[in-house]
Amino acid sequence: MSQFKDIAENGIWKQNPGVVQLLGLCPTLAVTTTVVNGVSLGLATALVMAAANGAVSPVRKFVPNEIRLPVFILVIAALVTVIDLLIHGFAEPLHKVLGIFIPLIVVNCIVLGRVDAFAAKNPPLPAIWDGFIMGIGLTLVLGTLGGMRELLAKGTLFSGLDLALGDSFKHVVFTVIPDYQGFLLAALPPGAFLGLAFLIAAHNWMEQRKASKKSAAKPTNTESLKPAH
Amino acid sequence: MAETVLKHATKTALTLVAFAFTFTLLMTVVYQITKEPIAKSEAAARIALFQQVIAHDRYDNAVLQDTISIAPSALLGNKKPTIANIARMNAEPVAVILEAVAHDGYSGDITLLVAVNADGSLSGVRVIKHTETPGLGDYIDIAKSTWIKLFDNQSLIKTSDANWAVKKDGGAFDYMAGATITPRAVVKAVHKALQYFEANKTTLLQVIETEKVAPTEVKQDESI
Repeated sequence: MSQFKDIAENGIWKQNPGVVQLLGLCPTLAVTTTVVNGVSLGLATALVMAAANGAVSPVRKFVPNEIRLPVFILVIAALVTVIDLLIHGFAEPLHKVLGIFIPLIVVNCIVLGRVDAFAAKNPPLPAIWDGFIMGIGLTLVLGTLGGMRELLAKGTLFSGLDLALGDSFKHVVFTVIPDYQGFLLAALPPGAFLGLAFLIAAHNWMEQRKASKKSAAKPTNTESLKPAH
Repeated sequence: MAETVLKHATKTALTLVAFAFTFTLLMTVVYQITKEPIAKSEAAARIALFQQVIAHDRYDNAVLQDTISIAPSALLGNKKPTIANIARMNAEPVAVILEAVAHDGYSGDITLLVAVNADGSLSGVRVIKHTETPGLGDYIDIAKSTWIKLFDNQSLIKTSDANWAVKKDGGAFDYMAGATITPRAVVKAVHKALQYFEANKTTLLQVIETEKVAPTEVKQDESI
């Protein structure tokens, strides 16, 4: 059981794909203009990652090492296509919002990264869990970044929820700052880079504080705090 | 040695083929299952879009199938042939739904859906694709502001050619502070779309022979 707990801790915090591994920055930066966009794409990615890990892990012993990358890419591309078709067919409004980003999941390094680093070496259950929880870790970052940018750019939170969940959610928009003039930079791509930098800084700061508390008892190597690539 | 290399390569290639086959099969199955819902939801989305520029009770034909192909035209800004949809009531043309592209927006092309009534007045205009600056130029989008409704009921007769411009350029159309290039491009594109309609009226509005029910004398109510 502790294995599952370790995987969860890695995905959410220690090896968070958004602020530590820094894999899959393309959607992180492009989609996070609102909370809803960020979380929707995050969840779609989590779904793909769980499915990809789950599909690769049972057949890992049949894939020769030389062709493992082409096989993994093939599996991921097929799964993304399947999920894209299903969303298009059965959740048209969601497809309108995420439309161009879903195919992009194919080239999101985090998916291939987890398949190669984890699913290719572990049994199916932990692999599915790893894919899912890494996706959730990414979702948290995308949601937070989306919230920061939406709040700064438009002064609202959860706008566009009706697009993801249906028309009955049309009025669930929190206008946090009434009569807000808007801050354009936050909505534009530079806002994404700046926002992500603040998130990474916050993550590193918390890690460092934790480490310095520990080192009061026994000194540790601070090099290990640098984000792994 | 050579044989083992060959053997190894064959085995590897076969593995790859097996994976390719399995997952292509999976995609084919899902494609077949989702083909119909996707076509349906795309048609529904298109109809919902048309509904914004022309009320659905003004026509009774299958507007999605009632199309006419449009050759590339400088007035519509299309570089490839596109199609226009014709809305009819009792086989009599009520309006033409054109797609116009403005190439002179602030950033990238602005695609517009322009519905022109048979009498040459505008039924409605909507921006269907744009990449204008969020917060500045994006008020042309109905999701952001009602600015685009300025064009409702406009026509070449109501507003003279010289007045088809934003107020800053001495024209009749309001714009919002901060962005003039965007509305300027939209006004120009709508103006040109109306000119296109005027020039090609007879082709666009021809009554289709196959469905010709006794042509009604009653004039369509265009006041909506």
